[in-house]
Amino acid sequence: MKRMTKKNRANFLTYGGVILAYLLIRVYDGTVGLSSMIQGLLVPICAYVTMALALNLVVGVSGELSLGHAGFMSVGAFSGTAAAIALQNAIPLAPLRLAVAMAIGAAFAALAGFLIGIPVLRLNGDYLAIVTLAFGEIIKSVFNNLYVGLDAKGFHFSFLNDTVSSRLGAGGKLLIGGPMGISGIKIISSFTAGIILVLLTLVIIFNLVNSRAGRAIMAARDNRIAAESVGVNVTKYKMMAFVTSAALAGAAGGLYTMSLSTVVANKFDFNTSILILVFVVLGGMGNMWGSILSASFLTLLPELLRKFNLDQYRMLVYAIVLIIVMVVTNSPFLQQLVENVTGRFKKEAPAEAEEGGEGNG
Amino acid sequence: MTFLSYLIQGISLGSIYAIIALGYTMVYGIAKMLNFAHGDVIMVGGYMCFFATSGLRGNFPDGSVAQTVVPGLAGLLLAMAVCTLLGVTIERLAYKPLRQAPSLAVLITAIGVSYFLQNGAQVLWTSNPKVCTSVIGRGAITLGGLSISHVILLTVAMCVVIMVALTWFTGNTRMGKAMRACSEDKAAAQLMGINVDATISMTFAIGSALAAVAGVLFTSAYPTLMPTTGALPGIKAFTAAVFGGIGSIPGAMLGGILLGVIETFAKGYISTQVSDAIVFAVLIIILLVKPAGLLGKRIPEKV
Amino acid sequence: MADRVQRRPATKLVPVPSTNKIPERDVDKTPILECRHLGIDFGGLTAVNEFNMAIGRTEIAGLIGPNGAGKTTVFNLLTKVYQPTRGTILLDGLDTHSMNSVQVNRAGIARTFQNIRLFGNLSVEDNVKVGLHNQVRYGMFQGVCRLPGYWRGERVAHERAMELLSIFDMQDLADHQAGSLPYGAQRRLEIVRALATNPSLLLLDEPAAGMNPSETAELMDNIVKIRDTFHIAVLLIEHDMSLVMGICEGICVLNFGEIIAKGTPEEIKNDPQVIEAYLGKKREV
Repeated sequence: MKRMTKKNRANFLTYGGVILAYLLIRVYDGTVGLSSMIQGLLVPICAYVTMALALNLVVGVSGELSLGHAGFMSVGAFSGTAAAIALQNAIPLAPLRLAVAMAIGAAFAALAGFLIGIPVLRLNGDYLAIVTLAFGEIIKSVFNNLYVGLDAKGFHFSFLNDTVSSRLGAGGKLLIGGPMGISGIKIISSFTAGIILVLLTLVIIFNLVNSRAGRAIMAARDNRIAAESVGVNVTKYKMMAFVTSAALAGAAGGLYTMSLSTVVANKFDFNTSILILVFVVLGGMGNMWGSILSASFLTLLPELLRKFNLDQYRMLVYAIVLIIVMVVTNSPFLQQLVENVTGRFKKEAPAEAEEGGEGNG
Repeated sequence: MTFLSYLIQGISLGSIYAIIALGYTMVYGIAKMLNFAHGDVIMVGGYMCFFATSGLRGNFPDGSVAQTVVPGLAGLLLAMAVCTLLGVTIERLAYKPLRQAPSLAVLITAIGVSYFLQNGAQVLWTSNPKVCTSVIGRGAITLGGLSISHVILLTVAMCVVIMVALTWFTGNTRMGKAMRACSEDKAAAQLMGINVDATISMTFAIGSALAAVAGVLFTSAYPTLMPTTGALPGIKAFTAAVFGGIGSIPGAMLGGILLGVIETFAKGYISTQVSDAIVFAVLIIILLVKPAGLLGKRIPEKV
Repeated sequence: MADRVQRRPATKLVPVPSTNKIPERDVDKTPILECRHLGIDFGGLTAVNEFNMAIGRTEIAGLIGPNGAGKTTVFNLLTKVYQPTRGTILLDGLDTHSMNSVQVNRAGIARTFQNIRLFGNLSVEDNVKVGLHNQVRYGMFQGVCRLPGYWRGERVAHERAMELLSIFDMQDLADHQAGSLPYGAQRRLEIVRALATNPSLLLLDEPAAGMNPSETAELMDNIVKIRDTFHIAVLLIEHDMSLVMGICEGICVLNFGEIIAKGTPEEIKNDPQVIEAYLGKKREV
């Protein structure tokens, strides 16, 4: 049972780290005070950390590249926020309304994940990635042309042209206005809610990974044919990871939008999907703690760079770092080099270097 | 009449997709990687052409034929030279170290390169859109009441010439045969004395030169040029390559033209706002129904 | 699922004597595996044809033949990595027609792979636990919420995994990453993983490849031990004749996708066709 505690210890350190960071920020805010810029970033950071963790479940744990995760964030954001506006009178208590709205966002995103997963998970590799990209763009397109209104008679929908506004009865309101998105959102997201979402996400992912289902997901990632040969229904478990990830992304989308006053569909485009992928890759695929750190740091970074007027180079730097990280972690020559360097520090480098060693030349 | 003019526009747009798709399909066939940055090479080609034409136009008398043709030709050559160099450099620096890496890693690297080019262009040339002049002028011929611009004629002609030339090249030259060998089995090709690295570099060179041609034609037909101009045509051209059957040269051409026609019809008859969504829906359906494409063949995994 | 499959085989059943020599202790029981007229074509190429074979309940059988004879293809047909073009596979009397790899495994066939296919990033113990996937079951919800079912399941899975690993004395390696194990240990782990699925027929694809003679001898003892402990049948592909002749009770020789000989080790050793397939035709002087 020593092994179990070792694995659990790492997980509990992650939980502890998140809680400690929350307490430190709260104490700092109470005594010294945070700048309003940083304060405005706290909820987005939590949302992006959740997104990164959710995508890491698909990319790192399940081993499939999704280039359309912003689409699930979008589904959660629009359905969750519309629900919050619709429930404004029914649930006066803001935190409860936020929780219900996020749950609704997660449910819709999970449904989208399931429907998209049916075709997507039949493909593999590059084709799977490109199809998720396609679905992300389609979702964006749908929300850009969708009009939803609510009045005493219930919901009204229209697509491409706004026929909803004219049909709305007295006291009705337009919830989603096509390319104008949702406006007049009551800001009900809070840093505390964000941290709770991050912790909940961590619990779900860690517990999933260390269970029967999680092992099946990772087995399918490592070797699909072998997994099937021992009776693991690969499609089912890939779907499980995909839908869980989509639901978490949807909740993150709801949290994010309810910290803004307006939101439009173009906010959740391909660039957002890639940004989240950058968080995951830089934090280390499959490494949850790494995702948390890289998502927080890289969300803060542009604001810090803006101070020094370096903001225009931000995406350029991301791109370069992304390439370098991939090349260094995957090149056999560089891996050997890194191993030799770190090995020297660890003082337990194997005496016999592979293939004769470099020193003999 | 609108139907015919949509069709012609569609074939023209499709021809540009076809040229881009040819580059995609060659790289995918030989390097077995999805070169996400291919679309952004188009954008670089467009900028090169823009700089050459806008720099040279002033040296010729206004309204003369030379004012259109000479800068246009110079622009095309500059674009091809720069893009070829760019393509080979990208392959050397970013993709070659990953030859043995899992496809996930290669794809992420390619996305990184794509972002690098887009944001590099933004830093160098700002995100303000540039308005390009057509390399062949804005003239048009009239056929039975139907006006067809010179750009459309040039695009379709170039597409056919390139496809025929590539088919001949891969079938009859030493390098072309080496490419086909590498696409089948790199290790075996190496044992037969083929320089695999050189062959892959050559593939990237040809693919990028094609991207440059596509960039010049694209900016001639759609004059607004921005750092993100290449991204969407790039992805759509990949769709076209998959549509036709990845790795197949006639397939890329067929897929490109079909996709261009579908997109133009969707724009004309349904809505401009959802035309991209329709193109992507086509991609999804093809991948599910016929993953090997119209003219491709499927290879099962060996156990 | 299984019931539906069971009711339909009549159309494909052809009464063919399998001509196999089932070991005496198994004779009065139905064979665990029967293949009838099994065959597959790839494009125009016939990879396996007219493959007829029966294996007794507790038999250790061998499938031998020169490289490219179609031995691994037979395994791939049995485990439904490929769907057969022709013929019937009866597993314990149950037609596996229309089953996929997962269902065939649940029905009782487990296998190892010639080119090792472990879950390289998982620990040795987790590899075995994946093998126990359908033996120790609890739902995803139980796992995520850490309900009592999770703790019970994990405890049972841990105990079973350790027990299985002890067959090859691998308990101490439980925490190691599977991909970092030495070659021989990886082959043994594949066998343990296959055993974890509780099969009635174990397919071993070149289990002794890359092992030295003393390791091979140990493996032979272990295969017999596995058969005796679990009361299952074993079908193995192997090039090491000392292993095949040492432990197999029935041997089937494949060449160019067709069976050229069947029999006991003694019969196979002296079969002129087998000698010809392996060594080539004796030149007339």
